[in-house]
Amino acid sequence: MTLGKYLVLAGVTVCAAVGDSLLSRGMKDVGGISLHHLSNIILCILNPWVALGILFLLGFFASYMTALSWADLTYVLPATSLGYVLLALIAKFLLHEQVSPMRWLGIALISAGVGFVTQGPALTHDPARGPSKLEDPATEMVSMGEKR
Amino acid sequence: MRHLYTWSAILAIVVASSAGDVLLSHAMKQVGDVGALWRRTSLLKVAGRILRNPQFLLGILCMTLAFYSLLFALSWADVSLVGPAAAALTFVANAIAAKIFLHERVDHRRWIAALLVAGGVVLLAG
Repeated sequence: MTLGKYLVLAGVTVCAAVGDSLLSRGMKDVGGISLHHLSNIILCILNPWVALGILFLLGFFASYMTALSWADLTYVLPATSLGYVLLALIAKFLLHEQVSPMRWLGIALISAGVGFVTQGPALTHDPARGPSKLEDPATEMVSMGEKR
Repeated sequence: MRHLYTWSAILAIVVASSAGDVLLSHAMKQVGDVGALWRRTSLLKVAGRILRNPQFLLGILCMTLAFYSLLFALSWADVSLVGPAAAALTFVANAIAAKIFLHERVDHRRWIAALLVAGGVVLLAG
């Protein structure tokens, strides 16, 4: 894993958290959508919060696709779950919500999960090359360099 | 009734986004390391190569379904319920799907990570 790759994972994390917060803020303005007025769900993208949220989610998508081009799905997802921690921190420090001990425990669990998965190899199976023999991140990096 | 709507929407998010994640992951492995490709050719060519991949387009379709299910769910319930519930279930569904369909080696470390993150997400909702 190079610094650039860690930056891509950070991009996935930050854009997802910010995008979701903006969508949530916007949908509260839009209000409940009834199944009888389905056109509202198309029109809701005109809400500025929703539009900005979608912009961030596009950034999320670009970095997510980049990450998936060189890492396993079961590596990228836990590795970028720090976004939930970020969301809780935004709630506490920007929105001044109360963060209960239960939530801090949740944050600790997620961080532990992230630590667990990032210790291991990023890629274990490449459909283009068959099963990988890679065991540790060091040999994996060499192989990723040679890959194309 | 509102509860039933909410949980149906959450189930739809989980199924659609897991299917989308698996399809997109498979498509991007076929495309190859985007960083390495970008160094050799233009960004437009890389984007064209990604956009021409049928699995990528199918993945996008699934993600669109997941996105609209999310908007439905958010209009019926709080993000503090919908977000963590959908995310926690999607983590577990993805680990199973990646093992079956992508043949990823989901070892103990990755199972523990997926379950820790899923558990953590549930606690965040509490």
